[in-house]
Amino acid sequence: MERIVALAGNPNVGKSTLFNQLTGLRQHTGNWTGKTVSTARGRCGDYTLVDLPGTYSLQPHSAEETVARDFLLHGGAEAVVVVCDAGCLERNLNLALQCRELCKRVLVCVNLLDEAQRRGILVDCGALSRELGVPVIGIVARERGCRDRVLAALDALMAAPEQPPPALPYPPEIRAAMERLLPIAAGERFPAPWLCIQLLAGETLPVSQELQEAAGEERAALGLDRDALEDRITDTLVREGERLCRGAVSGRREGYSAKDARLDRVLTGRWLAFPVLLLLLLAVFYITIRGANVPSEWLGARLSELGELLRRGLEALDAPPWLTGLLLDGAYRSLSLVVSVMLPPMAIFFPLFTLLEDAGYLPRVAYNLDRPFQCCRACGKQSLCMMMGLGCNAVGVTGCRIIDSPRERLLAVLTNGIMPCNGRFPLLIALLTLFFTPAGGSPLGPALGLTLVIAGSVAATFAVTALLSRTLLRGQPSAFVLELPPYRRPQIGKVLLRSVLDRTLFVLGRAAAVAAPAGALLWLLGHVQLGGESLLLRCAGALDPAGRFFGLDGAILLAFLLGLPANETVLPILLMIYGAGGTLGEVGALSEVHALLLQNGWTALTALCAVIFTVLHWPCSTTLLTVKKETGSWKWMALAAAVPTALGLLLCALAGVVGRILTI
Amino acid sequence: MTLNQLRPGQRAVVRVMHSSGPIRRRLRDLGLIEGTAVTCLGRSPLGDPAAYGVRGAAIALRRADSRTIEVEA
Repeated sequence: MERIVALAGNPNVGKSTLFNQLTGLRQHTGNWTGKTVSTARGRCGDYTLVDLPGTYSLQPHSAEETVARDFLLHGGAEAVVVVCDAGCLERNLNLALQCRELCKRVLVCVNLLDEAQRRGILVDCGALSRELGVPVIGIVARERGCRDRVLAALDALMAAPEQPPPALPYPPEIRAAMERLLPIAAGERFPAPWLCIQLLAGETLPVSQELQEAAGEERAALGLDRDALEDRITDTLVREGERLCRGAVSGRREGYSAKDARLDRVLTGRWLAFPVLLLLLLAVFYITIRGANVPSEWLGARLSELGELLRRGLEALDAPPWLTGLLLDGAYRSLSLVVSVMLPPMAIFFPLFTLLEDAGYLPRVAYNLDRPFQCCRACGKQSLCMMMGLGCNAVGVTGCRIIDSPRERLLAVLTNGIMPCNGRFPLLIALLTLFFTPAGGSPLGPALGLTLVIAGSVAATFAVTALLSRTLLRGQPSAFVLELPPYRRPQIGKVLLRSVLDRTLFVLGRAAAVAAPAGALLWLLGHVQLGGESLLLRCAGALDPAGRFFGLDGAILLAFLLGLPANETVLPILLMIYGAGGTLGEVGALSEVHALLLQNGWTALTALCAVIFTVLHWPCSTTLLTVKKETGSWKWMALAAAVPTALGLLLCALAGVVGRILTI
Repeated sequence: MTLNQLRPGQRAVVRVMHSSGPIRRRLRDLGLIEGTAVTCLGRSPLGDPAAYGVRGAAIALRRADSRTIEVEA
């Protein structure tokens, strides 16, 4: 029979690290709150381990807390392992005590013992175990050896008799009410003392009418409102945790380690915080863009060799030319372009980002940048989603889960597409190099230009966020409580594997699934002739008046439309339309591109409008589908596409008008 | 005085919490209740939010929220 064991704990205590250690599963762990929103499962020995979302409490106030509590109530777990951070054990015991009330077998694992020791905190697990009435073991979840110790403790726990419910020192009047309710609650399927306390606090649970009514009367007799009642219950747990720690924790109990304080003075200091953030971002981009060139070329070459092999195979099979064209020049070419251009930068960007995340830097970014978001009635954590969006908007949209308030999360989801992702960088860099830097200038020119473009996108994100929270998503900023975890040395080996697996391959798979059919469609458009002109050119012609109105042309608009599956394909499609060829062109030397664009009537103004539209248009199909998945609504998906597009077209039209006035 | 008036490095004890609703519950779950010792660890570069040491953890709070918590040095 399956024996289920739940893993509970505060956010950021190494719960997922322990889960990975126990099950061997590579589940992504984040050094910030709210990473695990759904529950992950894995096998460990005879047990099925379920990783619950990180929560501070089991009172169902947030989505995570409700998921965690409901699993403990109905999930069939025989035991709970509560993971605690030795560095702030007092607060962690609050959750441990609630698990004690709810479950009959509890094992407490005090994690991060090494980190706490460095901060001068010593934990006496034996004393804690005696006071708490459950087994307590000290572990360092990052170390391999902890698996056997936890398993042994778990085996012993399962063999031992069930633990009696704890006697928590609730205030006398609440305890008296609870005593009166206990006999009525005895027949229910939930642990009676816990159930009585929950009902007294005004929680609605599926219990008998009789108990429901009795609890209602007791609650009325207490004469306290819900806040006051919940306060008294929480306070009891907090004070009990405090008492337990007095006996079990020695050394420095208060405060922040000197090393963390020193790092904070630099990373969150008034003068250094933003320069350091900018430098780190620049470094990440530099490494990503420079590092991706070589593997991109290599991949491109290998994939075209494979294409040749496939072509010979098709020829040997006597396939008609249209089929070869559709499959190889259409679908395969587009697929290999997306893979070779998209994979390397993502495989570099996301591991770098994960390193910053593991080190504990990202919550500080949210802390540093919260104020402007507060002015837009949004949440500072949105800054992290925006940074992820620079890598890939689909990942950025998924990352918005870290924001607690649904309204603020939606703001972050809808505006994420405004941050230009890696896929748009090549196009931006090409346009900036060709039209806005003096010939033969240093490579610093485009880098500066790109920085300006990103600054502009940040400004646009703020503007749209502020606009949305005053119109469609009206509301006040919700409570902002952000935990700043201690700085930790990132686990480099695991980081690489995890982020490549989790983020890169996931997004790549989705993009590739759309790129192949889109490539086939593109080939058809290029080859089906209508009145002596390919459909592609006819479409471009039809779009031309609209494009001209916005300072672009029909070909540019069409390239963006057909580039919906991946922004990486916009420039190749554009060159294909201008070159009137039927296949996706290789983006050759920049000078050739420049000549082709000039031939087709491009001016600096066209380039400026193209830059604006590159930043502000509909997000790629992968991102849009992710928005649909995260918000569960086509309406929000449509809005996520409409808002940046409308703003982009508006700015392009404005630029066109201003540009025409200036040139006359 | 209120929590937001605490200068970096200053320590105080919570007297009364005037906040209500979700923020009150979240703060209490974090162990911030009457009688809890709090240290101001620093302010973010733009002045708001600020970080506080609460029971061994560092928690960032916005001024709008910390203003509702009365403390005594």
